[in-house]
Amino acid sequence: MKVVSSRWMQVVGVSCLVVVVAVAFSLSGCPPKPEPTPPGPMPPGPVKPAKPAPTGEPVKIGAIFSVTGPASPLGDPEKKTVELLVEQINADGGVLGRPLEVIVKDDKSEPTEAVLAVKDLIEGEEVVAVIGPSRTPTTMAIKDICQEAAVPLVSCAAGRTITDPVATYVFAVPQTNTLAVEACFDYLEREGIDQAAFIYAANSYGEDGYNNAKVIAAERGVELVTVETFGGEDTDMTAQLTKIKAKSPGAIVCWGTNPGPAIVCKNAQTLGIDVPMLQSHGVANMKFIELAGDAANGVQLPAGRLIVYDQISPDDPQKAVLDEFAAAYKAKYDKPPNTFAGHAYDALWITVNALEAAGEVDRAKVRDAVEQTEEFVGTAGIFNYSAEDHNGLTAEAFVWVKIVDGNWMLSE
Amino acid sequence: MSLADQLLQYLITGVSVGMVYGLVGLGITIIFNATGIINFAQGEFVMLGGMIAVALTAARLPLAAAVILAVAAVTMVALVTERLAIRPLRGASVIPLIIATIGVSLILQGGAKLVWGPEAVRLPAFSGEQPIRIGGGGIDPQRLWVMGLAALSVAAVQLFFKYTLAGKAMRACAINRAAARLVGISIDRMVRLSFAMSAALAALGGVVLTPVALMQCSQGTHYTLTGFLAAVLGGLGSGLGAVLGGILLGIVESLSAGFISSGYSKAIALAVALVVLWWRPEGLVRRRQA
Repeated sequence: MKVVSSRWMQVVGVSCLVVVVAVAFSLSGCPPKPEPTPPGPMPPGPVKPAKPAPTGEPVKIGAIFSVTGPASPLGDPEKKTVELLVEQINADGGVLGRPLEVIVKDDKSEPTEAVLAVKDLIEGEEVVAVIGPSRTPTTMAIKDICQEAAVPLVSCAAGRTITDPVATYVFAVPQTNTLAVEACFDYLEREGIDQAAFIYAANSYGEDGYNNAKVIAAERGVELVTVETFGGEDTDMTAQLTKIKAKSPGAIVCWGTNPGPAIVCKNAQTLGIDVPMLQSHGVANMKFIELAGDAANGVQLPAGRLIVYDQISPDDPQKAVLDEFAAAYKAKYDKPPNTFAGHAYDALWITVNALEAAGEVDRAKVRDAVEQTEEFVGTAGIFNYSAEDHNGLTAEAFVWVKIVDGNWMLSE
Repeated sequence: MSLADQLLQYLITGVSVGMVYGLVGLGITIIFNATGIINFAQGEFVMLGGMIAVALTAARLPLAAAVILAVAAVTMVALVTERLAIRPLRGASVIPLIIATIGVSLILQGGAKLVWGPEAVRLPAFSGEQPIRIGGGGIDPQRLWVMGLAALSVAAVQLFFKYTLAGKAMRACAINRAAARLVGISIDRMVRLSFAMSAALAALGGVVLTPVALMQCSQGTHYTLTGFLAAVLGGLGSGLGAVLGGILLGIVESLSAGFISSGYSKAIALAVALVVLWWRPEGLVRRRQA
């Protein structure tokens, strides 16, 4: 009898634990599940003449995003954007009079998955073009495949190596590190600062930033008084910042993505460092402000116009595009689009416009049309592709933004 | 900042970071003493502590309640881990058990990512964010919380092993398991207790650390490895040694980031650890008690 009851107690005990743990997990404010939004009326936009409903075989475009995995903060809004745009485009007559179909594949933030996805899209689905992937490593994994298969690829990742050297079939839409570093040094020049400290994350993003900064600092005659690094999992950068403080630079430039740069700001505040803290466009997201808290205030950075779309002057050529996209995205998903959503917007529209310009569903003709894209007003900037430039943006794509009271403030 | 100010700041930073390594190392030591295995899920307990506390405060629970509940929840996770992954392997040798803890670590990390996503989170600081000025630098009040709670936990664990019956039984277990069983100590209970204690310590560490160091689901591995190194440096088996080992590591890292190169600070800390182990293969503190 005793044996039975003790077993029983154990079973009950263990199940109770499981339940309590499950409750603790579920109490936790799980990430809001993507709720199916009922197809409501489209937000008010410019009234366009109604086009006839699209008919015939759908035009297939492939998309590869990191919908899950570490890069899901990029891939998830990208996928959402594509779903939103496909609805809009099909409601507005489709592409070439045919319905648009975008087949979204999840690369789980892994280069190997991106390779499988692109092969399936090219050979299985026979798509005319591919947009994405979300990140530089996943894009680089499929760059050669798209080039060899002669399928246009419009990437949403910012690495310089994607478009430098140029592969004829590979394009990218985000502002590059080179442009962002230039924008930071423009700021230093405006403020008359000729000595800066550079601190970067020891990963491909941070290193790309530093390699650009080295070159541009030498060109502009700015001395980098000390260069420090931090690891992606590091939890304290006080030692690096103590060294920086001792060198008394005129400004600190930090290159990385969450969460490292947020810790850099917090530690700098603790040390009482009061020189300007410049960050890269890699932290141009609300998450950064949330993580850095009060220490985010005063941080300045180059950013695309999308995060400050409501502060952009009405005369800005991008204003209408930004307002319309942000309103539609907010109406459907109940939060403003982030920079990555904007990249998906630019990539899909550039591809769709190229299809219309090519006049037929032909990979080579679409590629030519993408390369001939001129003055396309997107969310990241105004795109002008050419045979030599497959990124298509200039430093104009950035605005200078300062964080004030936990919000982005346009400061030009 | 003068050189003396800098040196002071490096030492403060080193001790405050190193105490966390030591706290995780202490947890690893407790489980090692009771079971003879290295728990590679220890860092996951740190991560879960932080993540659960953040989730609970997001659900509008007061901070103190969130802290206590998070520690309790992680303790339960550890008990379930022990029941489902460790106890079924009771007769097995050490290697399968260690591999089981690696499996647990992967499951906890993956599960946490499913629930909370991959992005870093933070918790409000316990007593404001106004830094305390020391010399030319300063320290976050939260870092004082981290150091204070770590020191308290270490002291409490030492007292527990010295003066309570359960503590003495655990020490007996560590010294000679067969003999301990012969005098009527339930090994199973001791193993369970060791998991509960070390998870509670880790979770507490995770919770107090989250306001300053932030927390993300992938961070557990970092804490496991640094804690393991601290425990080995301290002479695997000595709790106090693990804490000292952690502090030594923290100081070496901080000094080498400051005076040599931040890119190589981790490598330098590892090299120093190797040198120490050459010099004293038994670790900083000779193993006498749990």
